[in-house]
Formats: sequence, structure tokens, C-alpha cells
Amino acid sequence: MLGVLVALLGVVPVQAQKSAADGIAEYRKMLEDGNPAELFEARGEALWKQKRGPKGASLEACDLGKGAGVVKGAFVELPRYFADTGRVQDLESRLVSCMQALQGFDAAAIANTPFGRGEQDNVTALATYVAASSKSLRFNLPQSHAEERRMYEIGKRVFYFRGGPYDFSCASCHGEDGKRIRLQDLPNLTKNPGDGVGFAAWPAYRVSNGQMWGMQLRLNDCYRQQRFPFPGFGSEATVALGVFMGVNAKGAESIAPSIKR
Amino acid sequence: MSDPMRIRAQAQGDKAVVRVLMSHEMETGLRKDSAGKNVPAWFIQEVNASLNGKPVFNAFWGTAISKNPFVQFTIKGAKAGDKIVVDWVDNRGDKRSDEATVT
Repeated sequence: MLGVLVALLGVVPVQAQKSAADGIAEYRKMLEDGNPAELFEARGEALWKQKRGPKGASLEACDLGKGAGVVKGAFVELPRYFADTGRVQDLESRLVSCMQALQGFDAAAIANTPFGRGEQDNVTALATYVAASSKSLRFNLPQSHAEERRMYEIGKRVFYFRGGPYDFSCASCHGEDGKRIRLQDLPNLTKNPGDGVGFAAWPAYRVSNGQMWGMQLRLNDCYRQQRFPFPGFGSEATVALGVFMGVNAKGAESIAPSIKR
Repeated sequence: MSDPMRIRAQAQGDKAVVRVLMSHEMETGLRKDSAGKNVPAWFIQEVNASLNGKPVFNAFWGTAISKNPFVQFTIKGAKAGDKIVVDWVDNRGDKRSDEATVT
């Protein structure tokens, strides 16, 4: 009897201590079943196969790093070095390169389009489709090319670079365990933050504003919150940060496209 | 033309659980655009579902339903192979109809 009582007493405080993060995790779990990211994934798949653009071609010949047209597994090995463009590219900048090379779109015009509009919206849908094709695979970014290692070092510097009116860096929020902004837990991105956390969770659907966000927009918003000038779409700084986070996340399981508050 | 719905229907015993994800803006009419003008209301008004042609579900929706709505319901007596058709009409008169087979 006493044992039961003790056991009960042992359980109650644990329940009472349910943190806000647990509550949010529960909420996310409930939403997962009807993740509207699936709608973007379906649209991205249709866009991938559709003949579009001035050249009237599909993206099915696009090389995402695993050979022309190979989508599955490509996401967990990006950003990587591409010989044809001569630079390290992340998923979104690579998609734009393919849209230019194969379909005849103007890459600079897409890069200057605000997120969520016109072709930029299509890039997000395509990125969602490509990322979803690597769901539950583990991150394994290549670091064999000198340029990939150089980008990792640049990414590390950008990550720790303090500046702006708040004297912030990425590391101010994402350099330690257990930090949060209001109720949002912040992943420690200086190491592998775990399966489906940080780099392994984007693109994601944000319930609060009903928008699909790719990594480029995620980083853009991080810089907005730091009151930095906005980095250019697909710029070297953003890709370098992608390499830094992606290499650090080696072995983490990708859950993208995920769902966020 | 709106994007297709994602419909999944799974048989569970003598019932089938249907999950539908719709692609729609669901504007409330209360939001203002960057020029300060009201964004006109635009939402799904009616949702219907049928099992092998027989109506089984009917709902009238308003502006309180979220963007890209998700709806789940259970149909008694549905079994694998049955055909489910879901359609909606919005306040602009736009329609969308998609079907799925119970698995």
C-alpha cells in the first residue's frame, strides 16, 4: 500500500513539471497528421515533372549531386560542390541554377523575387518535394572537395560573427544547449542537435502564418531578428552557413518537411 | 484552378477513417494588404463527401477555419476498395472535387 502511494507521489510531480516545450511538442505531434507541407510537396513534384519556362523543359534532368534526375537522398548531402557551376550550392540555389540551365529562367530575377511570390514560391515547393524524398535519411554532407571544406570554415566564421545594432551573432542564440526565445527551444547548432532538429527540420510549414519556409527564408529571418542587413538569396554567406550546420548535423535524421508552430 | 486535395482513407474494422487536406487561402476578409485595403473574404463554404456515390458527410464552413484546412472523419460500414469523393465550393463559386479509394 505504502509502495503504491510512494509510486503515485512519484508520478504526480513529473506531470506537473510538464514544460512548455513538451506542450509544444505535443501540439506539433497532433498537427503532424495533417501537415499542409504535403500540399507543397505535391505541387513541387508536379513542378519538377512539368515542362515549363522559356525552354519548355522539365527539371527531370537536374543534377542535385547524385546524378541527373536523382532526387532521393540528394537533400541529406546538400550543400555540396558542383563542377558545372564551379561553386558550393545549397538545395534552393541549386534548383534555381537548374531552372536557369534547363528551363531558361533568369536566375538573378528569381533571386530578387521576394519569398513566397512568383517563381520564388515554386522554388520553395520544389525544395519541399526534394527534401521530402529524403525523409528519414541521415545527413551526410560531403567534405572531400577543398571548396566544401573552405565553405565550412567560412560558415563557422559567419556563425560566430557578431555585429549589427544588437551585437548579435548566430552563436548568441544557437551556441549553447537549453536556450530559448520566449517558449521556443533553440537548437545548439555548433554540434549535432539531434534527429529532426535545426538543419534537419527545414523546409517546414509554419502554422502561425500558413507559410512554407525553406532554409533560405529561415536564415533570412534569423538575420532579420538579429537586425542584420538581409543576406542575398543563395548568397555565399547563407550557403556557407548551410554547410556549417549540415556538416555539424552529420548522422541526424531528416524529418523535413516538418511542421512548426 | 486550385491545387488537388490530399485524401487518405483507411479501413479500421467496420469503419474507415478519412483524412482530407485541402489547399485554400481561407481569407477572413479582416486582413489588410500593404496598401491598407481590405483583403476580400475568400473561404470554403461547403464541404461534401460521399461513399460510393452516397452522401455521408456535409459541412458548412466559415472564416474561422484555418488556411490549408485539415478535416478528419469516420465512416461506418466503409471497407477497403470503396470509393470516397470529397468536394468543396468556396464563396467565389470555385469548386474542387477529388476522390480516393479506401485502403
